[in-house]
Amino acid sequence: MNLIAQLEAEQIASLGRTVPEFKAGDTVRIGYKVTEGNRSRVQAYEGVCISRKGGSGIGASFTVRKISFGEGVERVFPLYSTNIETIEVVRRGKVRRAKLYYLRSRRGKSARIAEVGMKSRESQG
Amino acid sequence: MLRSGVIARKLGMTRLFLEDGRQVPVTVLQIDNCQVVAQRTVERDGYTAVQLGAGTAKPRNVTAPMRGHFARAEVAPKRKVAEFRVSPDNLIEVGSEITADHYLPGQLVDIAGTTIGKGFQGGMKRHNFGGLRASHGVSISHRSHGSTGQRQDPGKVFKGKKMAGHMGAVRVTTQNLEVVRTDAGRGLIMVRGAVPGSRGGWVTIKDAVKKPLPEGAVRPAAVRRGNGADAPAEGGSNEG
Repeated sequence: MNLIAQLEAEQIASLGRTVPEFKAGDTVRIGYKVTEGNRSRVQAYEGVCISRKGGSGIGASFTVRKISFGEGVERVFPLYSTNIETIEVVRRGKVRRAKLYYLRSRRGKSARIAEVGMKSRESQG
Repeated sequence: MLRSGVIARKLGMTRLFLEDGRQVPVTVLQIDNCQVVAQRTVERDGYTAVQLGAGTAKPRNVTAPMRGHFARAEVAPKRKVAEFRVSPDNLIEVGSEITADHYLPGQLVDIAGTTIGKGFQGGMKRHNFGGLRASHGVSISHRSHGSTGQRQDPGKVFKGKKMAGHMGAVRVTTQNLEVVRTDAGRGLIMVRGAVPGSRGGWVTIKDAVKKPLPEGAVRPAAVRRGNGADAPAEGGSNEG
């Protein structure tokens, strides 16, 4: 391991963050710290994670897409940002791509993502 | 007043996340066995400076004269040698090793290195020329420079005319880079922003010439004394 990777690993450890396992296609809810003037609060942002990048380094980030008031909104979060309070996986999606950029050109029904294990649950029920 | 700089190796870039949510892009520089190899004094050389050496070279890859030079200083052969002008009261004893706490977090430094070579490049990339038009009769020469001069008088291209040519691989100094963090144990200095040169390249770090030296900066230098002596001692108190 080179020294840069070692430094990054140390910093990740010292941040003391537990990042849940999630990947593209999962619906996540992010608690993001917002500072207005001298008051800070936690803002929730929920949407589909359409991309994870940066591997295991400290520079890793992920993109969350949601439809807000009929308009597609994407936000890129640094995975280890100290502004992120919580990352919560709401739903696990079943997808066959690592990057779901095709969702940008889809709307409504065709932009849905099947949930992992849905089929097996339906057959049981 | 002039304090010695150090020779460091550029390891690469990363980022730091601060408690208040800010992210700082930093370049990590490593001070690797940076020792004083020689002194330049007014009596002998007409100016005062310290010659530092850094890194470790295999003795068989070092020329015999340089081997003798290192032997006289009783230091191991160095990969990189550079001189730093200092004021007479900031001369450092030969053999002492400069450590990373020579610089304080928040201090501004000037860093010089050799930029990444770009090879032979056209005017658009090398000098930000605009190039020629995409249409309106321009053929083949969309990225060329335009005219290089006037008419029969002066009848020549003036010297220094910006043209295509070799780009990069020149020594460049970036001024006023902020030291974010230092790690004396591993000899690391983290500097905000980019530093000229490629990963693994040698750079020289000096106190910023355009900003005052912060209070509490170690004079003449933060050193680890002598060869092999591990105890980190504050320099200045025991040196003339």
